[in-house]
Amino acid sequence: MLKLQKAKFEIGRDFDRCVGCGVCVNQCANEVHFRDPYDESVCADDIKCVGCQRCVHLCPTGALRVVSFASRTREHGLWTSTVINEIHLQSDSGGILLSGMGHSRPDTVYWDRILLNASQVTNPSIDPLREPMELKTFLGRKPPLNRKNSLDAPEKYPQLELEIPVMFAAMSFGSVSLNVHKSLARAAMSQKTYWNTGEGGLHPEVRAYRDRAIVQVASGRFGVSPEYLEEGACIEIKIGQGAKPGIGGHLPGEKVTGEVARTRKIPPGSDAISPAPHHDIYSIEDLSQLIYSLKEATAYRKPVAVKIAAVHNVAAICSGMARAGADILVIDGYRGGSGATPLRIRNDVGIPVEFALAAVDRRLREEGIRNEVSLVVSGGIRNSADVAKAIALGADAVYIGTAALVALGCHMCQNCYTGKCNWGIATVNPRLARRLNPDIGTLRAENLLRAWKHELAEFLGGMGMNAIESLRGNRLMLRGLGLTERELEILGIKAVGE
Amino acid sequence: MTAVVRRVEAQDEYCMGCGLCRLACQVAHSAYPLSIVKAMKTGSRPVPRMSVESSADGMSFRSVRCLQCEDPECVKICISGAATRDEETGVVLIDEQKCVGCWSCVIACPEGAIIGPGTGRGKAYKCDLCLEREFPACVAACPNRALILREVEVVESTTREG
Ligand code: SF4
Ligand code: SF4
Ligand code: SF4
Ligand code: SF4
Repeated sequence: MLKLQKAKFEIGRDFDRCVGCGVCVNQCANEVHFRDPYDESVCADDIKCVGCQRCVHLCPTGALRVVSFASRTREHGLWTSTVINEIHLQSDSGGILLSGMGHSRPDTVYWDRILLNASQVTNPSIDPLREPMELKTFLGRKPPLNRKNSLDAPEKYPQLELEIPVMFAAMSFGSVSLNVHKSLARAAMSQKTYWNTGEGGLHPEVRAYRDRAIVQVASGRFGVSPEYLEEGACIEIKIGQGAKPGIGGHLPGEKVTGEVARTRKIPPGSDAISPAPHHDIYSIEDLSQLIYSLKEATAYRKPVAVKIAAVHNVAAICSGMARAGADILVIDGYRGGSGATPLRIRNDVGIPVEFALAAVDRRLREEGIRNEVSLVVSGGIRNSADVAKAIALGADAVYIGTAALVALGCHMCQNCYTGKCNWGIATVNPRLARRLNPDIGTLRAENLLRAWKHELAEFLGGMGMNAIESLRGNRLMLRGLGLTERELEILGIKAVGE
Repeated sequence: MTAVVRRVEAQDEYCMGCGLCRLACQVAHSAYPLSIVKAMKTGSRPVPRMSVESSADGMSFRSVRCLQCEDPECVKICISGAATRDEETGVVLIDEQKCVGCWSCVIACPEGAIIGPGTGRGKAYKCDLCLEREFPACVAACPNRALILREVEVVESTTREG
C-alpha cells in the first residue's frame, strides 16, 4: 500500500565538501544516512529524518543541511500540511499519535505578553555587579501568621534552601539516560538548588547527590521504598503532568533494561505502566492520607510537595491540596514536556501556567493561606525573563525540564518516545546514552543556572530591588501587552501604559 | 631516573564511535593539515595513525592508539631498526624510510595500535603524539572529551634489553 506520509525534512549534502568520513552514518540512530554498498558513497533516506540536527553538528566539513521539506500541500487555513500529514499518518497506522516534549502549537505565549518594569529617575536602580543581590529562596510550609510561638519549633517546618529559584524538573531514569541524571544532579549540588528523580527511582550512581534530590512518588510507585523516601531532601507526589493531564505514563518494555528495571524495582523488559489516577486517591482526604503517610514514614523531617497539571478550577484544587497538608504546590502548565505523550492530549488538554499561577496565588491569598505554602510552577519556562515574571506573578520558584535538556544538547525533535535520541538524552540505549559525557553535561547545566542568576540579578537591580523576595508576588512590576480586559483581570496585572 | 611523558588516555565509557579523532589524525598527517576537504580529496587518502573499534554488538567503542610504552614490544621486535623510542620525550616512532613492511610490530603490539596492513602503503604507521603540535589532533577533535592528554611520570628503565 502506498504510504501517504511525507518526509518532514530534506537532507542537503554538499558533495564538494563531503569527504565520505561516515560520521553522519554512525551518528544517526534513525538510519537516515547510509553508505551505498555499490560505490561507497554516502546517501540519505530523507523520510526517516526527525530533524534532530545531530549530523549537521557533527559533520566535520559543514557539508550538511537539514531543512524543512519544501514540497507542501496547497495553502489552506484549516487543512494545513500538518493537519493533512497527521491524518495520513493515522490512516497509515490506525494508532494514536504519539509525541515527545510539550505543546507544539504556536498559541500565544503569555510570558511574552507580560513586560517587566525598571526604575527611572524617581527610584534608583541598583548595579548588581557592585551591590549584593539575594536570590535565596526557601521552599516548604511556613507557620501561620497568627500563631506566634510556632517559630520556636523550626523542626516542624522543614525547608528546602535554594540559591537560585530554579530547580530541575522530574525526569525519570528510563525516560532519560543516567548521564542526564548525573549532569543535573551534580549541577544542582554545585549551584545549590534541587533536582528531581522523576518516578523512576534513585540509581545507586546518583545516590551521592541525594541531599539535593527531590524524590517522586507517582501512581506507578516505581522505585519507592523506605530508603528511597529517606534519601530525598523532599518528597513529591505526582498527581499529574502538564504534557498529559488525566492520563498515566507508559515506559515501553524495550526501555526497561536491566539498570532501569533494578532502579524501578520491576522485572526487566516489562512495560512500566503508571495508571492514570493514584488508585488510593479519589478525594482531597485521600490525598491528605498519602501526604501524612509519607510524612510519618520520614518523621516529618522533609517537606512534601504535590504536583498537578494546570487544568480548569486549578485554584480550588490547589487550595484543597494546601489544606490536605502539601507543603509545596507544584503546577505544571500545558506546555510542560514529556518523554512520551499522546499528541492530542499534549496540545488540547490543560491550560497555560501563567493563568493557573495567577489564579492559584490569588485564591490562596484570599483564603489567607498563601504565606503557609510554597508555590512552584513549570511547563515552558524558557529563560530568566520567564522566571522573573513567574516570581512576580506569585511563584516561589520554578522547575525547568525542557530548558535543562536543551542545555544538554536536545534539539527539540520531539521523538523522545522512540528511544533513539541522537543526543544521548531521552534514551537508555548504551550506544546513544554515552554521547552525553556527564562532565560536559554538568558544566552546561551549571552554566545555564549561572547565566540565569546573573540575568535575574540584572532584572532585580533594574527594578531597584536587591532581593528576589521583593519581586515575589509583586504584580505591580508587570504590565500586559495586547491582552484582553478579562485576561488582565485574571492575571491581576495592569495593561502597558497604565 | 624519572621523566615526564605524554600519553593519550581514552575514556571508552564516553567514546561514541564517531571517528572524528581518526579523521583529525589523518588530516594532521596529510599534506594539507589545515583543510579537511583538501587533505582528504587531494591525491591518495592520508593514513590515520590510530583506529576506532566497535564492540561486536555495536554498543560501545574504543579509540585505539599507541600508549607510548616504556618498554615497547614493537621496538624490541622491529627487524630493521625503524621502530625506536625517543628517550627524551618517551614517544615511540617508526621511521618510514627504514620500515620494510614485515608487520612484526603490528603483531607484537599488545594494544593493536599499529596501522599497516590494508593501507596499501607497505609501511607501518603509528601515533607520534603530534609532536609538532601543542595538542594531539585527536584529543582536540573529540566532541565528547573521551580523549584526555595526560602527562605521566615514568621511571626510566636503564636501557632496553636486547
Ligand atoms: S559527516 Fe559530513 S563529510 Fe562525513 S560523510 Fe557525512 S556529510 Fe560527508
Ligand atoms: S534524524 Fe537527525 S541525525 Fe538523522 S539525518 Fe535527521 S537530522 Fe541528521
Ligand atoms: S530529548 Fe532527544 S529525542 Fe527528545 S526532543 Fe530532545 S533531541 Fe529529540
Ligand atoms: S572522536 Fe572521541 S568520541 Fe569520536 S571516536 Fe574518537 S574518541 Fe570516540
